[in-house]
Amino acid sequence: MTETHSRFAGKIAVLIDHAADGLHSPVRELLTIARDLGQPVAVSFEAPTAQVEADLAALGIAELIVVDIDADWHLTAVAAEGLTAAALECDAKLVLATTTFENREIVALTARRLGAGLVADARPEIGADGQLQAFKRVFAGTWDVVSEFETERAVMTVRANTVQASTVEPTAYPTRTIEVAASAWAKSATLVTRTLHEHTGATRPPLAEAAYVVAGGRGTLGDFSAVEELADALGAAVGATRDAVDEGWVDHDAQIGQTGVTVAPRVYIGAGISGAPHHRGGMQAAQTIIAVNTDPETPLFEICDFAVVGDLGEVLPQAAKHLREYREQS
Amino acid sequence: MRVLVPVKYVPDIQSDRRFDDDGRIVRTLAEGTLNELDEVAVEVALRLVEADTGVPREEHEVIALTIGPADADLALRKAYQLGVDYAVRVTDDAIIGSDYFATARLLSAATKALVADDRPIDAVVTGMAALDSLGSVVSTLLAAELEWPQLLLARSLQVSDGRARIERELDGVTEELTAPLPAVISVTDHIAAPRYPNFSSIVAARTKPIDVWDMSRLAIDAELVGQSAARTRVISAAPRPEKDPVIVHVDQGEGGKELADFLISRGLV
Repeated sequence: MTETHSRFAGKIAVLIDHAADGLHSPVRELLTIARDLGQPVAVSFEAPTAQVEADLAALGIAELIVVDIDADWHLTAVAAEGLTAAALECDAKLVLATTTFENREIVALTARRLGAGLVADARPEIGADGQLQAFKRVFAGTWDVVSEFETERAVMTVRANTVQASTVEPTAYPTRTIEVAASAWAKSATLVTRTLHEHTGATRPPLAEAAYVVAGGRGTLGDFSAVEELADALGAAVGATRDAVDEGWVDHDAQIGQTGVTVAPRVYIGAGISGAPHHRGGMQAAQTIIAVNTDPETPLFEICDFAVVGDLGEVLPQAAKHLREYREQS
Repeated sequence: MRVLVPVKYVPDIQSDRRFDDDGRIVRTLAEGTLNELDEVAVEVALRLVEADTGVPREEHEVIALTIGPADADLALRKAYQLGVDYAVRVTDDAIIGSDYFATARLLSAATKALVADDRPIDAVVTGMAALDSLGSVVSTLLAAELEWPQLLLARSLQVSDGRARIERELDGVTEELTAPLPAVISVTDHIAAPRYPNFSSIVAARTKPIDVWDMSRLAIDAELVGQSAARTRVISAAPRPEKDPVIVHVDQGEGGKELADFLISRGLV
């Protein structure tokens, strides 16, 4: 490992987002990846809270750059100009961000301005030749693709649960603030309102970063109580198919699929879900897949590890009960 | 009003998708289709011009444009079935292997070529992603190339008095944005359901003209597109090994316990 470290000793700029109440786990994972590959430089658009400062120290960052930009950084075009300036300021050879809708826009524009190669939803690795590589699972998890960069700099988004975050002995790090002027183009759209969704089910983890996901589809017939009961027994997030969202049974935020949230949890449990390609594209990177369905021919059974042919209204509460008992005993 | 919809010919996601030996996605006619999310973009473009009733429909124009080989005409034929007025295919050997950045440059150059052809564009409307690569980044890159405002991932869209207004829903937040036209607008699959073509439009689409452009129509340096300009290179692409066989349990009253035992026995809880 020491040899690969010496080959990629560069600075790695990591975009820190959603940081008000401390660093969320996808960002902690990103900083862990960056620390393993080189020197992580955290990039933020806001001054860090005390909790964020403590988190950054424990994750072993080399430096924090706070971007002070003269426009609304919630506009992705504005944020991209700030991130670009920060990457150039520290001469980062690699820029990392978590996989979110807005970060996709930010990193694409950043890569364009940096003249850098871009790979979305991948894991950065150092190849046998010492070159930076992007490892990516595509086509609903059925192919593995490894890419290299032809450019001096590289930009990537990384999915949640790609690695396990780890901390080090907290170390002091320097903070610098850079002032950036946004271009006229970046400011050409106006953000009129920005409304945070009320956090429902505050005890459950966010879907995109959850290690356990229990999802329901049409087979729930609109009753998600069994799904929620098992989710709470596991400490899981609740997900849903597009059908269930379109029916108004659950919020859009819960939609898993190629046009919703992509999840890659340790365990995914799909109940009353047929496994349409759009849904599979958003969950097939899960490490273990469990399916519950009354139809023994349901396509999700073809890609799962464990299948229960049965009524989710019976099976999920019983599983939840046994898991609660197991937890109490151990 | 004139709306341009860039469309993409992609492998059917129900089919067996794969890579060729050069690490490129295999696109064959039998399995190809118009990217489903682009059908939504075509629908939104049609609704925009249909809503502008102050001007006769025939004075509006919805243009479908694709970059790709002759097979990609299938995507344009589908766009014609849905009701677009004009279709262009950009085809040139120099384009093969273009990455996100080159694709955005090509779309930008094609947009400018249409404008130069006395077809001023009021809006570019795109689907939120191509279902083969799911990069979802070409729209933002195109906006940057054109230096037009970007209004992306719209789940609702209103256009009036030369401005567009969208609402977009991100993880945990809803945003409203406005911008003057011309703008680049991407739409999610929640904004509208594509119409079904009727029999006569299916028949008519077979014989509608498709303009084929090569690089000479675009004011763009051939060095900046194609494989040689690509910023990343696939070094390996391999199908994943088959998983272990599925364990199937037919519930006879113990299904939930079996599920819990599976998680416990594998050390997953």
